[in-house]
Amino acid sequence: MNPNDVFITFPELLVWFPLLSGLIIFFLNKENQVKKLALTSSFITVAIVVASLFFTDKKYFNFNNVSYFWLPSLGSSFALMYDGMGRMLCLLTSLAFPLAFLSSYNKSYTKPNSFYGLMLLMQSGLIGVFCAMDALVFYFFWELALIPAYFLSSRWGGERRIQTTFKFFVYTFVGSLLMLIGIIYVYLHTPDLTFSLHSFTNTRLPVGKEEITFWLFFIAFAIKMPVFPFHTWQPDAYEQATPSVTMILSGVMVKMGVFALIRWLIPVFPYASQIYANFIIILAVIGMVYASCIAWMQDDLKRLVAYSSIAHIGLMCAAVFARDESGMKGVMIQMFNHGINVIGLWIVVDLIERIWGTRKISELGGLANASPVLTIFMVVIALANLALPLTNAFVGEFLMFNGLFSHGIWTTAIALFCIILVAIYTLNMVRRVFYGETKRENVLSLSTIDSNVKTALVIVVLIILVLGVFPKPMFELTQDSVDVFMSKVKGLF
Amino acid sequence: MSKLVYLVPLLPLIGFLINGLGRKSLTKSLTAIIGCGVILISFIISLILFFEVKAGHSEVVTYFDFITAGTLKIPFAFQVDQLSAVFLLIITGVGFLIHVYSTAYMHEESNAHYARYFSFLNLFVFSMLLLVLGANYLIMFIGWEGVGLCSYLLIGYWFKNPEYTAAGNKAFIMNRVGDFGFLLGLFWLIQQFGTLNYSDIFSKAAGMKMNDAVLVGITLLLFVGAIGKSAQLPLYTWLPDAMAGPTPVSALIHAATMVTAGVYMIARSNLLYTLAPTTQGVVAITGLATAVFAATIALKQNDIKKVLAYSTVSQLGYMFLGLGVGAFTGAVFHVMTHAFFKALLFLGAGSVIHAMHHEQDIRKMGGLAKRLPVTHWTFLVACIAIAGIPPLSGFFSKDEILAAAFSANTVYWVVGVLGAVLTAFYMFRLYATTFLGKFRGSHEQEHHLHESPKAMTWPLIILAILAAISGFVGVPAVLGGHHELENFLSPIFAGSVKLVHDQHNLAHSTEYMLMGVAAGAAVLAILVAVSKFSKKPDLEEARGFGRVLQNKWYVDELYDAIFVKPLRSLSGFLNTVVEKSGIDGMVNGVGRLVNYGGRQLRLLQNGQVGAYILMMVVATLVLFIIQLFV
Amino acid sequence: MTINHYIFLSVALFCIGIIGVLTRRNMIIIFMCIELMLNATNLLLVAFSKMHYLAASVTDAATTVGTDGQLFVFFIMVVAAAEVSVGLAIIVMMFRNTHSIDVNFLNRLKH
Repeated sequence: MNPNDVFITFPELLVWFPLLSGLIIFFLNKENQVKKLALTSSFITVAIVVASLFFTDKKYFNFNNVSYFWLPSLGSSFALMYDGMGRMLCLLTSLAFPLAFLSSYNKSYTKPNSFYGLMLLMQSGLIGVFCAMDALVFYFFWELALIPAYFLSSRWGGERRIQTTFKFFVYTFVGSLLMLIGIIYVYLHTPDLTFSLHSFTNTRLPVGKEEITFWLFFIAFAIKMPVFPFHTWQPDAYEQATPSVTMILSGVMVKMGVFALIRWLIPVFPYASQIYANFIIILAVIGMVYASCIAWMQDDLKRLVAYSSIAHIGLMCAAVFARDESGMKGVMIQMFNHGINVIGLWIVVDLIERIWGTRKISELGGLANASPVLTIFMVVIALANLALPLTNAFVGEFLMFNGLFSHGIWTTAIALFCIILVAIYTLNMVRRVFYGETKRENVLSLSTIDSNVKTALVIVVLIILVLGVFPKPMFELTQDSVDVFMSKVKGLF
Repeated sequence: MSKLVYLVPLLPLIGFLINGLGRKSLTKSLTAIIGCGVILISFIISLILFFEVKAGHSEVVTYFDFITAGTLKIPFAFQVDQLSAVFLLIITGVGFLIHVYSTAYMHEESNAHYARYFSFLNLFVFSMLLLVLGANYLIMFIGWEGVGLCSYLLIGYWFKNPEYTAAGNKAFIMNRVGDFGFLLGLFWLIQQFGTLNYSDIFSKAAGMKMNDAVLVGITLLLFVGAIGKSAQLPLYTWLPDAMAGPTPVSALIHAATMVTAGVYMIARSNLLYTLAPTTQGVVAITGLATAVFAATIALKQNDIKKVLAYSTVSQLGYMFLGLGVGAFTGAVFHVMTHAFFKALLFLGAGSVIHAMHHEQDIRKMGGLAKRLPVTHWTFLVACIAIAGIPPLSGFFSKDEILAAAFSANTVYWVVGVLGAVLTAFYMFRLYATTFLGKFRGSHEQEHHLHESPKAMTWPLIILAILAAISGFVGVPAVLGGHHELENFLSPIFAGSVKLVHDQHNLAHSTEYMLMGVAAGAAVLAILVAVSKFSKKPDLEEARGFGRVLQNKWYVDELYDAIFVKPLRSLSGFLNTVVEKSGIDGMVNGVGRLVNYGGRQLRLLQNGQVGAYILMMVVATLVLFIIQLFV
Repeated sequence: MTINHYIFLSVALFCIGIIGVLTRRNMIIIFMCIELMLNATNLLLVAFSKMHYLAASVTDAATTVGTDGQLFVFFIMVVAAAEVSVGLAIIVMMFRNTHSIDVNFLNRLKH
């Protein structure tokens, strides 16, 4: 294959393919057909991403970059780029969907065609966000990912789903709006009046204005991640959304926030981010301890996982702002690993709720007697959640703490307090749910843990263990993005 | 051959995987063969490695890059040298005996649980091997956390009992408190030296000045990790609770693995500690305080395993005392002898518990000497060894530590000897109450009393021999020996020895005096204990101060009151007040404000056409005025 | 007559119109008041148109300055006629439905 003779690039393929199959699915009627097509499509997406991992070399530039005029009068071009971080997050996105589909394969949704169609639409939007190189395209995909999420969580889910989705939507929409204002403001100051990332990063905003614009962007991303104190939409939304949607929301969508910090916020506003780094790190660290404390108090498994996720994301945010190379590497691989782990947790929580009819920790107990298999999966995933060495999360967290340490010993010490808290609430949960005498009979047969679910869990556990022992591929994959980021912040200290 | 060092931890890992994945299909004998076999092969390889090292061949074997981030490069590498070789032998050797013992001890379990047990046991050995083999602090930390995990899994092995699983949680969480310090220490090391490899760090640190603030900070933080892992004051409370696990597991935790990790870590970083005398002082005092404190608690415990648990805490205190006064060899020596006699004690206790049908209260035993002869004799050997009576192993190792303590500070020595006397006393209280006198259990128990099967007694016998003779590898010069262990380990501690010049300059006469006093006092304590408890065991409920000791100085209650409860109520406060009413209340408040504002503004829309027009006119007028005047 | 007289007259007419609209409840009277305001505007437009024309014609006899004002008046009259026809239709419909032409009777928007 001639590297310069390209029919379609990887990022385009990854954006259009799920979109197209999503649209096709909308017009199908039979549930079985819909499920099969959705699953096949999601696996093909994985295959595309995996294939793309072999074309990372510079000489395949044309495979990975695309740009054509979109709105020439505005100076916006449809630019997508596929770099290390984008690749890694696309891999996560592409893996998350088959896992979500597999784990709920034997569950039926009302209007399955809309459900699966919207899911694939969301996948397209997410991939677009991770590849966008133009602020307007970025914003476009950002919303494209959000809108299906809104419909998905308002139409399928728990009883209070309408209120919580409304809250979620208003919250993130306020953020998006602020970001849009910021984008337009920066756009008006770019030297060549374009939306491209390149000219955004080369724009010097007037003194005093950069700080304000920085906050416009940061609040949008902080809501998305979410960082304390913008987090309250999250536990509610996760609790009420249907588990497959929750998996995508927490596994992939929150990464949009962290990703945007690295790709957009800090490179575009290097000075403002330096000024406020201290403040944000402290905020994130407080959020970590705070969320861990609250996770300990939760009786609802879903809320526990949600708060635990807030704590983990807080660490990522702090490590990004510490702007240390090892910390950045940690953030990169932790974005992927956290996604996988949290999806694993949701799969198990979903199974527990379906089989035993409740997700209240106080009502559950002794599940290990009934289902040792589920217990093993849960213990492995829980251990990954508390970042035990040789599970995938350890390397990332170790490096992030190390990066944070370069910022200050006391902040690190307070943040490290979380490794004690996470052990307390995770092990307490495992103990109260899985150990002890059987407290509650299953309402659904244990065969709900069928081969599909098991496949999903085995994939999760394998990723946990393989990346825990051998994280090198992830380091190599994301090296270029870290280099770019570090070159942007270098010389500012 | 040292290329094959990866097999040493890999084999237990394979054993873990086979037993873990095949737990439903494997028979018990197959499980046992796999479980013990992998450890045996590891032991044989360790033995070969040991002789290679002894021949002067030590090296670092690098396998792959574990972490590469900028200038920080952490390889997955193993270090085969004198220190790791000694630990390898202890871990795989004692570990193997414990595995063999377990095959009989755990035989009542169902197939799947039996396999689960052995897989955890293998994982435990794997983690510990990783800990001692790692060529940098990160690999050590992997093993460090790994043993924490395995202790959690094995202490909560009988997961139906909520108390046991709570004990497992406690072990893990307390260890995490230690890890908190350890990790901070690691980050500081990275910042200071840019690497975690032992050799690089030590060569860079050698040039630093004594008591450099950074080094003191780092060593103190690493020591926090050791406090957690090796159950020193104030983080020791998990270890006695860890008795919830099956008895061989206790033997594994206390003798071959886990708790010695802290000692290993400090012995490995001896150069850093020698460069930080302030930390050394803290280590010594912590060790000494733990040694005596735990010994006082052991005086009044009535659970056979609890007594042994506190004795472990106390003996670990001695090891830290040794480390603190610079007697690194002595500490490692004590690790080794302690591994033998403490494994023996626990396995002996297991044998007693097995015979008594899971009765652990020594007040209901007595007179077991005749019924369980092998257990009795081996237990007696262990008791003499731990009490420090020559020529059994405990005497030599403890004497070395106490001699070093004496040359560092006479007060250390006095308190140390006091602890040794207490040790002798409570061990023989235990021995006399359990094996001497009349049987006090139920009739049925008496009827079923029997010596344990061969798989359990043979490990006891082997360990008893080792506990008796292993002291001879470290006979000091004053007794006409060459102290082979010290010679063997000297390359490891060479850097520290160079820094401290006035080591072991005690006159021979002083040394004789020290030995005589320590051993004599121990013998006296033994005689008192045996005569007091063999006829009239201490059966009543303790009163007064004894009650305080029996309740472990109320430390658990104290921690509960000053750490757990406040943290829990803080979390509760954050959850109910700050989160729900505060932050979420504010967010929802904004929504409610908009709602309310809308409802109020709607009232303007009153349907009176006149009112609308009036508003229009007023607005027009206002605009006019603004146009005119502004 | 100076332009001021026209302005005063049309302002007076306009104010009478406004006050009528604001105070009266009879829809027909309100309508008449609206017409009054429209015509006040017309008067003003015509007056200014004339004034500008006179001022310009001094120098140039063939000037068309100010004629657009006159044109506007026609537009307004057309619009007013259309408005009246629609308005009257509404009033008739309202009377058929409510047997009243009181505007305050039509306050259902409130609910």
